[in-house]
Amino acid sequence: MTTAEAHKSDGIGKDLAVYVCLLVLAGLQFVIAYQKIDASQMFWRMLTVACVEAGLAELFFMHLWTEKRAFLWFVLIFTISVLLGMQYGWTDAFRMLVGAPFSK
Amino acid sequence: MSQGDLTMEGHTTALTVGCAFSIPTKKLAMWLFIIADTMTFAACLVAYGFLRNGTPNWPRPFHSITNVAFMTFILLTSSLTMLIGLRSARAGDKAGAFRWIMITAALGIVFALLHIREWLGLIDEGMTMFKNPWGTGLFGASFFSVTGLHLTHVTCGVIALIAVGVRYKGGRYNADDIEVLGLYWHFVDLVWMFVVPLVYLLNLAQ
Repeated sequence: MTTAEAHKSDGIGKDLAVYVCLLVLAGLQFVIAYQKIDASQMFWRMLTVACVEAGLAELFFMHLWTEKRAFLWFVLIFTISVLLGMQYGWTDAFRMLVGAPFSK
Repeated sequence: MSQGDLTMEGHTTALTVGCAFSIPTKKLAMWLFIIADTMTFAACLVAYGFLRNGTPNWPRPFHSITNVAFMTFILLTSSLTMLIGLRSARAGDKAGAFRWIMITAALGIVFALLHIREWLGLIDEGMTMFKNPWGTGLFGASFFSVTGLHLTHVTCGVIALIAVGVRYKGGRYNADDIEVLGLYWHFVDLVWMFVVPLVYLLNLAQ
């Protein structure tokens, strides 16, 4: 099914449902911000919620769900692999903060 | 089957194979741009996290979440109005599509104005690119870089929405062009979902 066909077959109800989900998830991030937890826990919780939000927006608002599966996998695999590749710098960030933990 | 049919069939196959993932070229180009832009934002956010993690006296200047919560609501709502505009365009309702696209652009302008108001508030408190009253000067540089990059995207999006909307109304663009623009607008919204927790919510004043 093409995106245009998907538009014709789906009502606006699905868009509204995704919109409400995104609002709730955004609200959840604000709730997490006021929890009495340490910064790293807060970071991971917020990042998880943001990833779920991004997934919903990509799949339904950007219609990735109705594209060819090969394209969906291309976008996911390419993006995630590069994003993961960027994380190698964190070891240096921790070294700056607490010395050289990996040499001990 | 004649030789002519075979030649024609070969032609058709060649044309079909040329269209990657069987999606229109404009849409594919926009997706590739979005993927590339994801890397730009990710690099900025990772660099921001790198600095925040490596700097002990990182400032926490945000006392209220009201403004950023309202900005988030505005941007999410603008994504919904964009979708409604696209639906109207697909249904052939030109006036309706134009109206919803202009509403989306108006919401984008409200978002940009709120963002600028917030910047001015921080600047009034003494924050610049290189110094601030709360701690390391790196905060200003990274904050203005990340949020400035996003604000630039919103501004470009608003200009594009108005330009494409007007041309769609004039008959020069069609629903496919609206969809391609919609991809960009949703991407701007998507990036904000990461900017808010990392830049604002993790820096709330204790």
